[in-house]
Amino acid sequence: MANFKKKQAGSKQEVPTSAMPDVVFMLLFFFMVTTVLREVTLKVKLDLTQASNIEKIEQKRLVSYIYMGPERLPGNQIGEDKVQIDDAIVEDLGAIRNLMYDKLIEEPRLIVSLRVDQNSEFGLLTDVQKELQQAGTFRINYSTKREAD
Amino acid sequence: MLKKKKREGAEINGSSMADIAFLLLIFFLVTTTINVDTGIGMVLPPPLDPEQEPPPIRERNLMKILVNSQGLVLMDEEPVPITEVRDKLIEFISNPENDEELAISPDAAIVSLKTQRETPYSIYIDMLDEVMGAYKDLRDAASRSNYGVPYDALADDSPQQDQIRDMYPKKISIAEPDS
Repeated sequence: MANFKKKQAGSKQEVPTSAMPDVVFMLLFFFMVTTVLREVTLKVKLDLTQASNIEKIEQKRLVSYIYMGPERLPGNQIGEDKVQIDDAIVEDLGAIRNLMYDKLIEEPRLIVSLRVDQNSEFGLLTDVQKELQQAGTFRINYSTKREAD
Repeated sequence: MLKKKKREGAEINGSSMADIAFLLLIFFLVTTTINVDTGIGMVLPPPLDPEQEPPPIRERNLMKILVNSQGLVLMDEEPVPITEVRDKLIEFISNPENDEELAISPDAAIVSLKTQRETPYSIYIDMLDEVMGAYKDLRDAASRSNYGVPYDALADDSPQQDQIRDMYPKKISIAEPDS
């Protein structure tokens, strides 16, 4: 009858690997685009507090950070509570107004993320918030970690 | 006779391309941080005009929460343990039995949070978290009864979400501490 030829089981089955570099390059580009290489060097000690009713900020480009916490001094010492914006510690709190106003002009939908050490006092925060009100940057976000249930 | 060698088409050996790409890929994989910033979102009020009087607020619509630097809580002059703050707030905002002392309607309710300058930030955030939690519970309950899904499951900026948000607007006032 019909002569079925048995498929050769012994023939070598190979996965084509010619597209591998393309796949890898695609992944590479994805990670290159999403990577934020340069993080700010923190000059203040930062230990975020935890909260459970939190939301995510999806648009990372809109976010500008203000760090608050005890200053790191040479020799593992810890100093007074200080405010850091970008790479520098702001000694004069009145300067925050102009700094943040300039950022708001650049990005009108600015969100200010306040990253505050959990042991720092509320007084400093309220001073900074007053400056933010003067600058007109009303959208803020208290950065916290997710509370483990 | 010197026979001229036939030139072959010059080719770059591309077999190591994948290896190079892999190396770069691993580098970016390791350095990438895809952690999204999470936190409690707030909107600050515009700065107060000193000549302008603050708008009048009826006493029953205002819930004053005072927190001292030890984390002790006063709600409308009554000491309350921090674990009961959320339930009290939900009762105040929704006011199921139309109590004369509690808010007239959820959208009129205002929560005022006041702390001392010495209060640690973590205590302040804990309190704010409780207030946010109370609103989240209320919005979830309203969303479930109206649409059968929790508030988070509603599409962003959909009319349903807007309606729930208008039912329970977050009116939170962060008072300045007395110095």
